[in-house]
Amino acid sequence: MTADVLKDFVKITAKTIPVEEPFASGHRACQGCGEVLALRLLMKAVGSEMLAVSCTGCMEVVSSTFPQTSWRVPWIHSAFENAAAVASGVEAAYKVMRRKGYIQDKKIPVVAIAGDGGTADIGLQALSGALERGHDFVYVCLDNEAYMNTGIQRSSATPFGAMTTTSPPGKYSQGQYTWKKNMPAIAAAHDIPYVATASPAYHLDLMNKMRKAVAIEGPAYIHIYSPCPTGWRMRPELAIESARLAVRTRVFPLYEVINGKYVLNRKINKPKPIQDYFKPQGRFRHLDEKTVAEIQERVNAEYEKIAKWAEADAPEDEKK
Amino acid sequence: MAKRVGIEVSLALSEAVKMANADIVAAYPITPQTHIVEHLAELVAEGELDAEFIPVESEHSAMSTCIGSSASGARTFTATSAQGLALMHELLYMPPALRLPIVLAVANRAMSPPISIWNDHSDIMAERDTGWIQLFAENGQEVFDLTLQSFRIAEDPEVMLPVAVNLDGFTLSHVVESVIFPESDEVSKYLPPYKPAIRLDPENPVSMGIFGIPEIYTETKKATDVALLESKKTILKAWDEFGDIFGREYAPIETYETEGVDTILVTMGSISETAMTAVDEMRAKGKKVGLIKIRLWRPFPDEEFKAAVAGVKKIGVIDRCMTLGSHGGPVLMEIRSLLYAVADRPQVFGFMLGLGGRDATRDNFKYIYEQCQVLSEKGQDRHEMVGVME
Amino acid sequence: MAKIEALMSWKDIPLGCYVLEAGSTMDYKTGDWRSQRPILDREKCTYCGLCYIYCPDGAYKDMGSEEKYYLVDLDYCKGCGICAYECPADAIEMLEEEV
Repeated sequence: MTADVLKDFVKITAKTIPVEEPFASGHRACQGCGEVLALRLLMKAVGSEMLAVSCTGCMEVVSSTFPQTSWRVPWIHSAFENAAAVASGVEAAYKVMRRKGYIQDKKIPVVAIAGDGGTADIGLQALSGALERGHDFVYVCLDNEAYMNTGIQRSSATPFGAMTTTSPPGKYSQGQYTWKKNMPAIAAAHDIPYVATASPAYHLDLMNKMRKAVAIEGPAYIHIYSPCPTGWRMRPELAIESARLAVRTRVFPLYEVINGKYVLNRKINKPKPIQDYFKPQGRFRHLDEKTVAEIQERVNAEYEKIAKWAEADAPEDEKK
Repeated sequence: MAKRVGIEVSLALSEAVKMANADIVAAYPITPQTHIVEHLAELVAEGELDAEFIPVESEHSAMSTCIGSSASGARTFTATSAQGLALMHELLYMPPALRLPIVLAVANRAMSPPISIWNDHSDIMAERDTGWIQLFAENGQEVFDLTLQSFRIAEDPEVMLPVAVNLDGFTLSHVVESVIFPESDEVSKYLPPYKPAIRLDPENPVSMGIFGIPEIYTETKKATDVALLESKKTILKAWDEFGDIFGREYAPIETYETEGVDTILVTMGSISETAMTAVDEMRAKGKKVGLIKIRLWRPFPDEEFKAAVAGVKKIGVIDRCMTLGSHGGPVLMEIRSLLYAVADRPQVFGFMLGLGGRDATRDNFKYIYEQCQVLSEKGQDRHEMVGVME
Repeated sequence: MAKIEALMSWKDIPLGCYVLEAGSTMDYKTGDWRSQRPILDREKCTYCGLCYIYCPDGAYKDMGSEEKYYLVDLDYCKGCGICAYECPADAIEMLEEEV
């Protein structure tokens, strides 16, 4: 079924980007916020005929200070760790109300939006439950790699070596001492029909992945790289550039997992050195050469792993 | 014709949810709530109830799912006990504030540790102040009736608040009782379909669960509090109409043999039946003692309670919950504080009884009555645990 | 009694404290956060739309196929400078706001 949906899929092109802005201006996100940009773009892709669920976090706070809202779609927020569970309820309610004839019988996309803390840490259980139960919804993780809303504390999505307020470098510390939790792989391990990574620097790719996720029946998980100039100690105008560099240095590969099969969307055969990505970001400034080399090695290995899977999964005629 | 059926009380509760034609049941298993949700899963599986049964991965997600579903406009039910209710705690504040008419059954159970699957009221008392309408059932028929009434009360446009129906774990949830089931046309007369004025709907997009700055937080709390206090009017109306249609009368508190008495005992839930027997036996021996059973715990029925104890000298309040490090259980504190401003107020004594499944016996109630006399004589205004081995 | 600093009476809060007016942050002008503003050189502009795409604040508006450029709405522009940095034609310059 997923294959059929994707066969008939009409891509958004530079000429057909929706004009509609389901997420309004006047929100209180920081200057150069890459997360709110990702949110704005994904909302454009889905359109205003949708039901949005947020977890607590930056995007919720900047968009909903009473008596105003940035949302032009029905929206609900209740707690930090439960976006997937609330979305489960919304999805199931619409399903049963359609079946019982209470409302018009047409699909309205349900999109849950959470940060990396709300996804990889505190919300992981609710997410796993919702994916396992097979609700027809899209879960979006806007990953800015730390708890930014509370003041830049480390999460399990914070990359190795990064400085946060709770992973400070010091005499006995190089910053974050754990490797970034692989959330897309965890989502994919639930055998859901669609998993993808995306980046606001590749806006058409991001919007098309959202469109696919909505079109497919069953759970979809999209992990979006979301630059945070405030938390990364970076000049705000570099938000998109950092997202682009993350892809070009292989730090954040763009790929899909469609029915368990990996597709690498952007092959990076000649990666830029990781220093190019680290340089504009204050959070990596303290790293010594040895640690940078260690990270470079790990980044390459992770990329190669996905590239290998993608190659193995590729249809025969596409294999080299 | 209504029919009388011998049925386990948990199953009777599920049948009430079926008769209410609930749309969503989201639940996670915990003893002694299990029979309620098992039976609902069965009713959905057999097509007897057209609902989505969502087997969530925790109670936290159960209540979260209910929030999403109720906000979307579906009639929503869940059930839990003890640690499960505690895991929901964070979310329990949301439905009252977001005005979502979820119905929750609590098969009351003691809080760990030590882990105990048996009955007392320490689970729901920890949720006392979350803003839910809270009802206590005494027997199987009340469990059925209160469940049905809860949907009607919760969804009334004047109320729009969640309701928790409390039934004692095992001692009520797992016993077989004789319960009268109404006809479905009577039920539809009593309970109209749920049609919220505002729900999550792209036709009319609203934002729920907003960020409240200090310049509005206080006002939102006041608004919810007033809604909860005012809900009593609708609850009374719903009970009146229930009496008219089904012939069974309900009130916020019930008095038993309180005419002209000197001492009144106060109970909640299924131990009231044992207490009534104890009262009968004591009265047969000439003791001037009666009983008040509290059915509506939130909003607390201030006027009704004050009127019921007018002229009484001594009140013995039975709490089935510990309030560690304080001067008595939650029901005791409620009543003492309520009566403090009453001229000629009675003396109020507190007794903690029947914790973690310890039987509450007729002798316990007789002891409590006698203690009220002794403490009154001595002028001591204290509380004590009953039936604890020294 | 001291003056109460509240947005409204509790009686006037909508049910559930919902916000009933969709997209109403449009009334909240974030333009005064700005310390620099983007200036467009219309001669250089190729009408590619990247400024509009990459603006986190949705501040750029398409002026239409006749005009062939995008214009920033200074009511919302926070002055992050992404548009200037990303513009492939170097048509946008950030100018310090005067105090």
